[in-house]
Amino acid sequence: MVLNNTLIFGLFTGIVLILSLVLDKNKTVLGLKKSWKMLFNILHPFLNILILLSIVLFFVPNSLIVNYLGANSGWFGFGIAAIIGSITLIPGFISYPLAATLLSQGATYAVVAVFMTTLMMVGIVTLPLEIKYFGKRAAILRNVFNFIAAIIIGILIGWFM
Amino acid sequence: MNKHIKNYAWIILFILFSIGSYFLGFKPGAVIYSNFNQFLIEMITIIPFLFILIGLFDVWFPKEILEKHMGKESGVKGIFLVILLAMLQAGPLYGAFPVAYILYKKGASVKNIFIYLGAFASMKIPMLGIEIGYLGIKFTILRTLISLPLFILIGYIMEKMVGKDFEVKEVKA
Repeated sequence: MVLNNTLIFGLFTGIVLILSLVLDKNKTVLGLKKSWKMLFNILHPFLNILILLSIVLFFVPNSLIVNYLGANSGWFGFGIAAIIGSITLIPGFISYPLAATLLSQGATYAVVAVFMTTLMMVGIVTLPLEIKYFGKRAAILRNVFNFIAAIIIGILIGWFM
Repeated sequence: MNKHIKNYAWIILFILFSIGSYFLGFKPGAVIYSNFNQFLIEMITIIPFLFILIGLFDVWFPKEILEKHMGKESGVKGIFLVILLAMLQAGPLYGAFPVAYILYKKGASVKNIFIYLGAFASMKIPMLGIEIGYLGIKFTILRTLISLPLFILIGYIMEKMVGKDFEVKEVKA
């Protein structure tokens, strides 16, 4: 599964890279230099997060997660996932492996989709900061509409997958 | 050099901890290391490709060019460009707020600012790459295709509801 996705992604990257090289060699080299720099900058925070996740996963037994969000959790699990996702702020590097773990433990795609989407689009923890930028009304409205959108996305993905 | 040592302090500690656990037969250490190893292998197969794409995207589509075409009269082209700009970026959603301020300053419409935030939240290329790696290409494409019309709609609704007296303030650290 993972290998398959890697193959597709690698192939796609290869085609884009060749296309870019043919069009403009200098630009491509400059782009690759930027790639390397960005990769290097993100490397240590990224490894730190993997370490943290490995430790957290040791202390939080899968049975606990599965109980609340697993195959038999139904609408209750869907609601819990939406609420946790809306309140918390988990970086993608942590949330995607977690989502994959949930799926492998029997959580439905709907639960995973609503969890991921609320994480990405709704932020209660960051709301005070958002209000400073956009004002109270706009910030709250944005979060409310995005929450509704996340519920729709969760239900539709559960339906299609 | 000092800075590098500080940056990698946790990683060095973790390696020492894992080696120590191995020789002392410390079970939790072994489990934690095996967790880490799984994550690492999964990521190593995706990350290099990802960053090649980001770097190339960055040189072929400079932000300055994109930011020019996102104003009130920009129509579908503006929506398209604002989504493209958001897809280039990385980081958590609150990292997009300062960019929203710059877009506002440069005359982007209210609609385009909120479409930008929607695209930033759910369609960043680095995150899409990771999503494909972990949740599969079908899930990723499906989620993106369902999200896209929804956050464009949210952009239009937000412009209707707050458009008149909307402003983005600069927040200083």
